[in-house]
Amino acid sequence: MRRFAYLRPARLEEALAAAAEPETAWLAGGTNLVELMKRGVARPARLVDLAGLEDLATITPLAAGGLSIGAAVRNADLARHPVILRDAPILAEAVLSAAAPQIRNRATTAGNLLQAPRCAGFLDPGAACNRRAAGSGCAARGGDGRDAAVLGATEACIAVHPSDLAVPLVALDARLRVAGRDGERTIALGTLYGADGASTLPPGELVRAVLLPAEAAGFAGHARYLKLRERTSFAFALVSAAAALRIAGGRIVAARVALGGVAPRPWRPAEAEAVLAGAVPTDALFRAAADAALAAARPIAENGFKIELARRVLVRALTLALRGTPARVPALAASPFAPAGEGARHG
Amino acid sequence: MADLPEPLPVQSAAPEAAEASIIGLTLNGVTRVVPLDDPRVTLLDLLRERLGLSGAKKGCDRGQCGACTVLLDGRRVNACLVLAVTLDGAAVETIEGLGGGGALHPLQAAFVEHDALQCGFCTPGQIMSALGLLAEEGNDPDPERIRAGMSGNLCRCGAHPAIVAAIRAVIGAGDRSEMPE
Amino acid sequence: MAEGTAPISPEGAAIGRPIARDDGVAKVTGRARYAADCRPPGLLHAVIAPSRIARGRVTAFDLDAAMAEPGVVAVMTPANRPPLAEDPDAKTAPIVFRLDLLQDDRIRYAGQPVAVVIGETLEAAEEGAFRLAPAYAAEPALVDIDAAEPFVPETVGLGAPVERRRGDVEAALATAAHRVQRRYETAAQVHNPLEPHAVVAVWEGDRLWVDTPSQNVARAQRRIAGLLGLPPDHVHIRSPFVGGGFGAKAFPAGPQVLGILAARLVGRPVKLVLSRAQMFGAVGHRAPTRQTLRLGLADDGTIAALAHHARVASSRFDDFFEPAAALSGGVYAAGAVETTHEAVRLDIATPVVMRGPGEATGSLALECAIDEAAAELGLDPLAFRRLNHADTEPISGRPFSSKALRACYDAGAARFGWAGRPLAPRSLSDSDGRLVGLGIGTAVFPSMMFQAEARALLRADGAAIVELGAHEIGQGAATALRQIAADALGLPLSAVTLRTGASDLPDAGGAAGSSHTATAGSAIHAAGTALVARLAALATADPASPLHGAGNAVLFAADGALHAGDGRRDPHAAVLARAGLGAIEARGAAAPDRAARASHAMAAHGAVFAEVAVDPDLGAIRVTRLVGAFAAGRIVNPRLARSQLVGGMIWGLSLALHEAAQFDPATGAIANADLGAYRIPVHADLPFVEALLVAEEDTLVNPLGVKGVGEIGITGTAGAVANAVWHATGVRIRRFPIRIEDLALAMPGREKEDDA
Repeated sequence: MRRFAYLRPARLEEALAAAAEPETAWLAGGTNLVELMKRGVARPARLVDLAGLEDLATITPLAAGGLSIGAAVRNADLARHPVILRDAPILAEAVLSAAAPQIRNRATTAGNLLQAPRCAGFLDPGAACNRRAAGSGCAARGGDGRDAAVLGATEACIAVHPSDLAVPLVALDARLRVAGRDGERTIALGTLYGADGASTLPPGELVRAVLLPAEAAGFAGHARYLKLRERTSFAFALVSAAAALRIAGGRIVAARVALGGVAPRPWRPAEAEAVLAGAVPTDALFRAAADAALAAARPIAENGFKIELARRVLVRALTLALRGTPARVPALAASPFAPAGEGARHG
Repeated sequence: MADLPEPLPVQSAAPEAAEASIIGLTLNGVTRVVPLDDPRVTLLDLLRERLGLSGAKKGCDRGQCGACTVLLDGRRVNACLVLAVTLDGAAVETIEGLGGGGALHPLQAAFVEHDALQCGFCTPGQIMSALGLLAEEGNDPDPERIRAGMSGNLCRCGAHPAIVAAIRAVIGAGDRSEMPE
Repeated sequence: MAEGTAPISPEGAAIGRPIARDDGVAKVTGRARYAADCRPPGLLHAVIAPSRIARGRVTAFDLDAAMAEPGVVAVMTPANRPPLAEDPDAKTAPIVFRLDLLQDDRIRYAGQPVAVVIGETLEAAEEGAFRLAPAYAAEPALVDIDAAEPFVPETVGLGAPVERRRGDVEAALATAAHRVQRRYETAAQVHNPLEPHAVVAVWEGDRLWVDTPSQNVARAQRRIAGLLGLPPDHVHIRSPFVGGGFGAKAFPAGPQVLGILAARLVGRPVKLVLSRAQMFGAVGHRAPTRQTLRLGLADDGTIAALAHHARVASSRFDDFFEPAAALSGGVYAAGAVETTHEAVRLDIATPVVMRGPGEATGSLALECAIDEAAAELGLDPLAFRRLNHADTEPISGRPFSSKALRACYDAGAARFGWAGRPLAPRSLSDSDGRLVGLGIGTAVFPSMMFQAEARALLRADGAAIVELGAHEIGQGAATALRQIAADALGLPLSAVTLRTGASDLPDAGGAAGSSHTATAGSAIHAAGTALVARLAALATADPASPLHGAGNAVLFAADGALHAGDGRRDPHAAVLARAGLGAIEARGAAAPDRAARASHAMAAHGAVFAEVAVDPDLGAIRVTRLVGAFAAGRIVNPRLARSQLVGGMIWGLSLALHEAAQFDPATGAIANADLGAYRIPVHADLPFVEALLVAEEDTLVNPLGVKGVGEIGITGTAGAVANAVWHATGVRIRRFPIRIEDLALAMPGREKEDDA
């Protein structure tokens, strides 16, 4: 690890001023950054610790409806927060399916959204990686593609975005409150990610909060996250899906869908939502929506199976969402081995 | 916590700031002032290489095995991913602080009784993680919640069933895991 | 068995008691001191710089950059590495592996150490190693077992025959009523004990003190002394606790020697601990296999022919060939049987023994093939296994010294609830629509025995100290061996202290081959017997003893006293006191009984039953129940034996479903070299695992009747899990570990069924 200067500002302005220096990284939970520094993938000269800043770690209702989730809210606190469990339990399900309790006790909301890909090429500082060093090439291109994207991959990068939390957040139209030296702005979460999945935030800008719109709560009764992975717990998604439905009169009034593990960013297939909107929910409809969601998918090397698995995971997630959100996040969160249950907490 | 020194003033503009620093932390209930020679030192390496507390183990140094689990401000964390320089004012509990007066903590006793360990390398982390689990989940005896809640702690010897049985015994949920139907 | 051996298990004996492990309290309190926990004064930290290419040469280091890191003390490269007395590539003993000790600039596998950076702190040494940035002249590397040219090695494993035959397999196959031929693939695996290899080396002149985990301190002492040109007794290896070995610590690995050399170079104590990524490099692994099983079956369900052929991989520069097919010579009765191997050489590190070397992967293929044969015949897979029970060892015709396999089938099937299992696959489901399957595998592991010595000292107060360089690697040796010692000496457990885990003690043999309790225990038994004999001689010759004049043969030791059969007794302490002796000592040795082993096959057996749930659309698998029943001779400590067996079963599950080291064809390196991407099971993967102990008596295997339980749990289990997956889905996956996509895409999928 490269030696670094450690700064712990007490005020946002100080923090933004400090982060304006080159080679500076924000330090929040550190669960991803410290690992990357140990690997030599991240070699910042300065760390600006956010722990001293006020109000980054709270969840508060917004005046216009919806919620503001502080950037430094720990994953574990998000997952057990009563307002989240009431208005957006799918976020808790996604968070609890990620990593391990020790990680969730440290990792933060914004850190989760900004985490680095787990692509072996990216994580090896000696390997070619366009994401780390533009133009250096892509070591992952030579592999079997198993962990590679099937949607939205670019010539430069085929890694998938590893976040679980980002998948339902993108589906629910979350926005970000971002602070810079020139003031604050609000952006759609989807625009945080560039084509290769890297953050589009200029250096020195800071995510202060994730804003969940008021409409999100309308989906709370029929929203599920499902994650296919190679261990029952403590594994990244092979493919995952968030499905959120608003149901009235036997019809889907509105649908929000996103996929994880298949693209450089959390993938929001508007085509699938269009298929679902206004329709009577049936297995056939869900399959049609999944087909639409994956219509543009293209395999890399040997990973064509991910396209079919993503279809099936999305169909299942929609089926579970239709059944209703369970009263409590299952012990095996987002797992195919959680009890299928009756759901319907919100009726 | 009351007798901790004030946090050091932040030198917010100097790139060479904090080359060496002093942190105050409460370690197993005892307030310590710890000089830090290097900002890169993790909590795990602080404990193991500088403070002589080698109970927390380094199994992966990447947050992927849980052998270094300690409680930080009452919550279980991977000590390998926490920079010591961030810990001014924090409270850390390690396996060395468990139990007291020569007696084993009930979790420690249950691990021995259920033979919930073999090589023992993951054991301090498993026990500290179980302690954190009980704090987070209360006495929920659902074995699936215990298994999911302990999944951040790898064990290569295969003591898992005994570990879950030991935790359930401490909760008072019986000491044998029932065979599912 | 030696004459005058004391009765093994009289009333109140320690052997057989399920006492808690002696090292339990030290381990749950964090007080157990592993090698990396040591911090001698003046300690420096050493960090290995590994090669990132698999074949070629190192052309340059950025030494200036490394040394410029504050706190870096030295960089050890081939240019300044202290001299060795032996070429690390020389085969100086029958079983010795070539080591990479910076002998030149050649690179023969990714992860090979190319330099060592030594620093005042770990942080400095790590950054120094990063900055070293070796430059390479890379050559094309081959790491694909299927792409290399095979050859037939001279031996497999540690000197086992590459081919064995009994009967004419080809003729029997040609005339068989039914033939089944199947090919199975297993992936490379890495031991990954939770404790990475570590060494703390302190030189005092020409004496060397080494704290390092070892499964064989005597072997490590010989190897290190040889390499350094020291008398073996100048090398003091201490290994009181080993944080898991599984074979990776059976032989001293290169990095451990590099830590010692680094200490020599800088003239200060050095600690070198491998990173987790480096555990995927220079410390061995389990080779991948390609296995073909051919079975010829008669109409009555008996096996007429069984042929097991395995292709395995080794390195280009040394020989270890996973004996994957060998076990098939001993499991099922067959009219004709043969086991054969071929090998390829790849640009990889040399594989080494890994828990169940050969047996693990071979059993997986065999048990799947047996299941496929049963399905071919329409027979229940347990009934088919019973029908083909081997009453004698098929490959040799020798009788077994003991074999309670049928009782294992009975006990396991009853506990598991095998009866009523539908024959057809895809017959069962749970209430959530997941497919459920039940599978079985036969477990078998040879009962090995090696040479060992032990020393017993009885003190005037009647307490004893037993010493030998045995190894507590988590298997419970420290406890089980003390139980054996207590009975051998006729002392209560509380009066016996065991000193172990150091090379200064008598050579107890290695903790490998599931043999340690049998081997080291037999030596302790012999030492105890010899000590009791000396004590008895003192007593019977002493007119003041109640036993005066009693013949040695009728004496036995128990409860801290010598006893005649007629109620007369004389406490150990009283015998010594009257003789005016402060202590008496005796030594004992153990070795395999070659005559008994020539005439009898010796193995532990078991039956493993698995229940899996499979998501019919997604292909996700969960092993919901795993029950094994095992017969392994005398069980010294049932509580600890069960733990061993359960652990082995979890390894078997992992072999079938989880573990695979993925070699990147472009670089030759293992691409998933961490514990996130190399996936061993977690708690949530293991809802229910149980091991039952089936009684078995064996008077031939060794004086104690102990067979060993360390590895047998893997065998049978991997096959049982795979067979359960087939029974759940009707899909037979033959590439292991079973991947979600292989299973999911081979299943029709529930939605599509609905459409039909």
